[in-house]
Amino acid sequence: MSMKTSTRQVDGVTIVDCSGRITLGEGSVTLRDTVRELLGKTNKKILLNLGDVNYIDSSGIGELVSAYTTVKNQGGELKLLNLTKKVHDLLQITKLYTVFDVKDDEAAAVKSFGK
Amino acid sequence: MSAHRVSYTLDSTLDTVNSAEEAASQIATEAGFGDEEVMKIAMAVREAAVNAVLHGNAYDPGKKVTVDFERTAQALVITIRDQGKGLDLAKVPDPLAPENLLKTSGRGIFLIRSFMDEVEINPSTSGTEIKLIKHVHGATADGKEASQ
Repeated sequence: MSMKTSTRQVDGVTIVDCSGRITLGEGSVTLRDTVRELLGKTNKKILLNLGDVNYIDSSGIGELVSAYTTVKNQGGELKLLNLTKKVHDLLQITKLYTVFDVKDDEAAAVKSFGK
Repeated sequence: MSAHRVSYTLDSTLDTVNSAEEAASQIATEAGFGDEEVMKIAMAVREAAVNAVLHGNAYDPGKKVTVDFERTAQALVITIRDQGKGLDLAKVPDPLAPENLLKTSGRGIFLIRSFMDEVEINPSTSGTEIKLIKHVHGATADGKEASQ
C-alpha cells in the first residue's frame, strides 16, 4: 500500500492525515509534494498525523526531516501527531524523537502552535 | 544440519527493493521469527536493497542485484550483492552525530546494524556484498544451543 494524504484546517493549523507507507519512491514523493503545496499556499502551521502510517524506511525518515527543515526555514512549524509504535521506535533510535515536536492529542497539538 | 537456501537475481529497480523486502518477510516468518523480528529483518533487507540499487548499481539496467537467503537451525543469513564500484565505508557518516541529525539521508546502514545481530560489509571494486545475520532465539553465534 502506498501513501495517501488528506488535509483539513483546524484553528489555523493544517492537519495532514497520512496513511500507508512512507518509503523510497511514491510515499516520500507524496509527502514532499503535500508539504510543498501547503507552503505554496502559505500554510505554515503543519501537523502531520501519522496515526495510520504503518511503515517508514530511512528514505521516509529523511523526507520527514526534509519537511521539518523546509517548513522551519520558511518561518513555519511542523509537528508530528499520533506516532505508531514502529515510527516512534525508529525516531528514538535515530535520535530524531527529540528533534521533532511529537504530540499524541490533536486538540492539544493544535493549541501548541504559535499564534 | 541441513540448510534451506533461496537465491534471487533482480534488476536495479525500485521493484527489486519491494521484492526483496517481501521475500525477507515471508522467509523470516516461515523461519519462525516473531512479528517484531520479521519487521526488523524485512526492513534491514529493504535498506540493503536500496543501497544496492541506488548507490551500488545506480539504477544501471545492465547491473543486477542478487539476494540469497540461507536458513539453518541457528540463523537466517541474508546476503545482498551489487555490481557497483564498491561502498567506501570511510565515507559513511554517523547519523547520530549532532551535525548529521538533520541530514536527509545516511541512515540505512545504521538501521541495518540496529536491526540485525551481525552485519558484514565487504566492498570491492566489482561491487559490495552485505551479509545480514539474525540468530534464531536460543542459538548462539557459534551454532550451539544457548543454555536457558
